[in-house]
Amino acid sequence: MPGKVWVVFRKDLLIELRTKDSLNAMLFFGIVVLVVFNFALESVRDTIREAVPGVLWIAFVFSGTLGLNRMFAAEKENSCLQGLLMVPMDRGIIYLGKMLAATVFMLIAEVVIFVFSLVFFNLTVWAEIPYLVLVFVIGTLGFTTVGTLLSAIAANTRMREVLLPLILFPVVLPILVNAVEATRIILNTANYGALKLPLTILSTFTIIFGTLSYLLFDFVLED
Amino acid sequence: MDQPKYKHLDAILGGLLLVGMILALYMAFIGAPRERTMGDLQRIFYFHVPSGMMGLAAFAVNFFASLMYLIKKDRKWDSLALSATEVGLMFLTIVLVTGPIWAKPAWFVWWTWSPRLTSSLVLWILYLAYMLVRNYVPDPDRRAVMSAVFGIVAFVDAPIVFFSIRWWRDNHPSAMIETGDLDPLMRPAFYTCIAVFLILLVYLMRRRYFLESARLEAERLERLVDLAR
Repeated sequence: MPGKVWVVFRKDLLIELRTKDSLNAMLFFGIVVLVVFNFALESVRDTIREAVPGVLWIAFVFSGTLGLNRMFAAEKENSCLQGLLMVPMDRGIIYLGKMLAATVFMLIAEVVIFVFSLVFFNLTVWAEIPYLVLVFVIGTLGFTTVGTLLSAIAANTRMREVLLPLILFPVVLPILVNAVEATRIILNTANYGALKLPLTILSTFTIIFGTLSYLLFDFVLED
Repeated sequence: MDQPKYKHLDAILGGLLLVGMILALYMAFIGAPRERTMGDLQRIFYFHVPSGMMGLAAFAVNFFASLMYLIKKDRKWDSLALSATEVGLMFLTIVLVTGPIWAKPAWFVWWTWSPRLTSSLVLWILYLAYMLVRNYVPDPDRRAVMSAVFGIVAFVDAPIVFFSIRWWRDNHPSAMIETGDLDPLMRPAFYTCIAVFLILLVYLMRRRYFLESARLEAERLERLVDLAR
């Protein structure tokens, strides 16, 4: 099974690397969000450090939603999805492959957005990096596990791209709350012991929704 | 189609509701004692809390019906899931409207972002999103599958939403009911209201369910007429 998952994953990765459709849009949008927030938070410039975790994660999930949206929209063109479904393998494999691809794209976007935020918000991080990587990876996985499933649902509707954020954001609220909390602990306090609670909730969410989406994915793909 | 199997049951439920609602109003506004610090303001509690309970119950019905639809692929479970969600949303709307009405004089603000309030609001948004999914899938069979999957995700999400924001300080009065500290004199009114709201929930869900069945039947007949032409 890992081999098959790798094939689906590699396929999405190759398409993306050759066209760079999603990634360009994700990066650009993420940076635009940072700039917009810089203006929106003009009045609290002195305490902007407090707002950075929230702004960062909003930029992450906004750009992540763009990526998730493209994932099935692209498959619908030229009936690529039909071809993929005809391959005699478990649908769960398609889910895992696509979920991992979405996670990788999002993590790439996050790194770039984060570097820009260091400049825009005047932050210096070195010792914090391993902790940030941990939080970014788990938070992103939590977002993409359920995001991949909901993206497939949205692709089935008349509204497609418009619907995804509407149904995804309420569901991933626990991810947003805990990821922001964890990022805040890392950036604004040095009390890494306090990370345990948000990280536990993030991991629990990711495991529950990973399993649930893996099981339910079979139903949402068109036969 | 599903004929209302127990036609008399709806008449009985309707009659019970009429009597029960008058009784509940009497108990809540006249029968129950005046609360010492909050005064009459506290009486909103007899409608606020049962509504919340019935909302949650309705979403549990949606979860169960969604699971059953995915297992059995029988349209009646989809109709039940839809009915439960619409009625549940109505009850939750009552909760979200009565809450601020109470909060403004009691807390001096309409709204605070405490866990209970936040999770109620998120729950409301989640099931509105469920209705959005339903509205935007044109094909009835696809619609049933998509909304069933989303219904399951939403219901599993709800407790995580609650727990993940719980460490925030909560000033919502909740312990009263959970610890059994509710004044014995207030209990009859409270339990009457719960019973009446439960009947209302069942009654409305049944009516909505038959309406949906009738709609599906009409659709089926229309298709048959089109074919015959």
